[in-house]
Amino acid sequence: MCCCSGLLIGADMSVSSHNGPQGSDTSAIDRFIVAKSDSASIEAAPGIERANVAAVNSKAKAKSDKPSDDSSLYAEHTKIHPKRVYGMFRNIKWAVMIVALVVYYGLPWLRWNRGPALPDQAVLFDFENQRLFFGPLEIWAQEFYYVTGILVLASLSLFLVTALAGRVWCGYACPQTVWTDLFVWVERFVQGDRNQRIKLEKAPWTFDKFRKIALTHFTWLLISAATGGALVFYFRDAPTLFVEMFSGTAPSIAYVFLIVFTVTTYLLGGLAREQVCIYMCPWPRIQGAMFDDHSLLVSYRPLRGEPRGAHKKGDSWDGRGDCIDCKQCVVVCPMGIDIREGPQLACIQCALCIDACDAIMDKVGRPRGLIAYDTFENLEAAKTGGTVPVQWLRPRTILYMVLIPIVLGLMTYGWVNRAVLEVNVLRDRNPLFVNLSDGGVRNGYDVKVLNKRHDTRRVAVSVEGLPARAGAPTVEIVGLGPAAAQAIDVAPDNLRALRVYISLPAAGITALASDVTPITVVVKDLGDGTVTRRTSNFRSPRP
Amino acid sequence: MAEHREIDHVTGAETTGHVWDGDLKELNKPLPKWWLYVLYACIVWSIGYWIVYPAWPLATDYTRGIWGYSQRQVVTEQVAAGKAAQAGLRKSIADAKLVDIRTDPKLLAFSIAGGRAAFGDNCASCHGRGAQGFVGYPNLNDDDWLWGGKLDEIYATIRYGIRNEDNNSRTSAMPQYGVDKLLEPAQINDAAEYVLKIAGKGADAAAAGRGEVIFKEQCAACHGEQGQGNQELGSPKLTDNIWLYGGTKADIVKSIHTGRGGVMPIWHTRLDDVTIKQLAVYVHSLGGGK
Repeated sequence: MCCCSGLLIGADMSVSSHNGPQGSDTSAIDRFIVAKSDSASIEAAPGIERANVAAVNSKAKAKSDKPSDDSSLYAEHTKIHPKRVYGMFRNIKWAVMIVALVVYYGLPWLRWNRGPALPDQAVLFDFENQRLFFGPLEIWAQEFYYVTGILVLASLSLFLVTALAGRVWCGYACPQTVWTDLFVWVERFVQGDRNQRIKLEKAPWTFDKFRKIALTHFTWLLISAATGGALVFYFRDAPTLFVEMFSGTAPSIAYVFLIVFTVTTYLLGGLAREQVCIYMCPWPRIQGAMFDDHSLLVSYRPLRGEPRGAHKKGDSWDGRGDCIDCKQCVVVCPMGIDIREGPQLACIQCALCIDACDAIMDKVGRPRGLIAYDTFENLEAAKTGGTVPVQWLRPRTILYMVLIPIVLGLMTYGWVNRAVLEVNVLRDRNPLFVNLSDGGVRNGYDVKVLNKRHDTRRVAVSVEGLPARAGAPTVEIVGLGPAAAQAIDVAPDNLRALRVYISLPAAGITALASDVTPITVVVKDLGDGTVTRRTSNFRSPRP
Repeated sequence: MAEHREIDHVTGAETTGHVWDGDLKELNKPLPKWWLYVLYACIVWSIGYWIVYPAWPLATDYTRGIWGYSQRQVVTEQVAAGKAAQAGLRKSIADAKLVDIRTDPKLLAFSIAGGRAAFGDNCASCHGRGAQGFVGYPNLNDDDWLWGGKLDEIYATIRYGIRNEDNNSRTSAMPQYGVDKLLEPAQINDAAEYVLKIAGKGADAAAAGRGEVIFKEQCAACHGEQGQGNQELGSPKLTDNIWLYGGTKADIVKSIHTGRGGVMPIWHTRLDDVTIKQLAVYVHSLGGGK
């Protein structure tokens, strides 16, 4: 007990300075939070003190905030200082964070050789030249539907994962979570763990406080600038842009986006943190539609935990719950909630409370899993002593698991069959045809040849489809001459527009059966012999 | 309002007290203060916007903003920048001969693009958007030229126009055979028949025979002995199947009766030389250029 004397119900410990200028009444809060236990005891179990805290975003808090006057129309923001926690889920989060950050910062620096004419960055969104490069994949502007497909796949995968295991995106992978976690780590590194940070927040402004806070924010700004910088590196060659940025010669839009993302990363990750998840992000509100009674969600098991209360050494565990009301689940929560109040919008299901509670259960010798990933079905069944195993395969998950390979298959099929020589034939609409002085008729076409390979291609253009009795048509290309004699070069990764005139003499025209004769424009790659055909038609006066 | 408010048992927050559809209620939770401050910041920002940018309509004007930003000004600058970017190519065109432009792929592409744009602005109103012409306005796509289809000839036609007050303009005059009573109606009919005959569409051989005599006396001086036309005079070739004023007998009779003489504006006073060169190259590339 004496070791805890310094950490009594001191006002400097409580985080109960909620909204309203009337301040907080610690004992009043305790009346709500401390359920049936002895309110004078400050030890939840031998060696484990009860954190004297109320969850910041809690319904108990809400109950106590009866708006008796107008000053509580708006809620003060209470800063949340999550405590360091150790455990399996924390380690998983570290791993996901490291992978995510390494990928984010490192990807623009990977190289991919595409030949001399094209950029050598592996992942590059080359908006300037209207190309998206992902390693070997190169997406032109008119093929943007591949990106749509990627987004559809990402969405379906997200729906599937959420249906199976709840808000794993929010708790582990979301950039807001990752960067907030990183910033909290910086804050803990500079200012110490939770208790020290709370003390520092309340302390008067000394040089030491100023130094620590300045260092924290400065580090945050550095990380934010690196984040903004990494973002613009996806849009322009990274090594080049890196040098340009420091020599002041980068395009001004790069500086604009760098500044915007530095500011937003700093604001959202450093200052706003959980406010983003609770108020700004639409995802939490859609989550309710994403999981169901069979999804694994971070849950407190009240049947095991209640009635809660402090446990003295040697006491029996019969007739009481396993929850010793140590509030560790509350102090480690980055969102400032109390998971024992049940599933709630603000819970991002990062499972840190599971780690915290498991550690406590180990200390008091009780089984782990007082807070665990569990389904509503199972929790409900536990009331009558039953268990319901997790139903992995159910209509919702089966649907997603079927759709994902279908979409992936369609995209793969489309990609495998993607033409590397694309041809567009646009016939003139004004005029439809031209009468020539010798009685012949001429049609004009814009033929665009798109070379999607990384080397120059040589093609030949010819025409098929006119009836043999009409005779051979004359095919001319403006600026080049007769088509038959031409080997036309198309630059790598580029488009060449040709103006093609097809004419028939008077005798040929009389041989046509209709004023619209279907023809085929044939573009042959002289290098490898591939032939691309496009249909159009030849128009003439009505016979 | 200090009335009793219901507390929602799930969230612990109070409701507004209003009930829709029997059981639908709305929570009344306090808005975060930072949200309010962001709103204030947006208001301040927008006031700043009003001050620096054009913002408020006035009766006959609008508030200009102290930065003097104007979208019209932006467009003017962009056009000037575009012209400056083209300056090199434009100089090359100004210095080059027309035939050289045609053989240089880059200059050719630039001229066709520029010519197409200038054509739409200046020529399409008479010659049509696709240059297909109309009755009285030549089809520039075909290979039948009144005043010559070579690059230099097209260039001169565009520069000086036809039958206008410029000294260098193309000009000639077809007599008004019917209106000025130079020929009898029957003679005009016969001449028309002969023209139809040499164009390969003749029907009345006897009239064509008489018409041939009239033709050789009256028409051959300008249109040539065989009706092959004369590009010095802009007199059409009468033996092909391209007709500026229509190829039916009635049309031909009318042409002889009233005479013909189309007019084209002077362009060198309105367009700079580079644009005219581009137009010449563009028109030449429409398929009928010689």
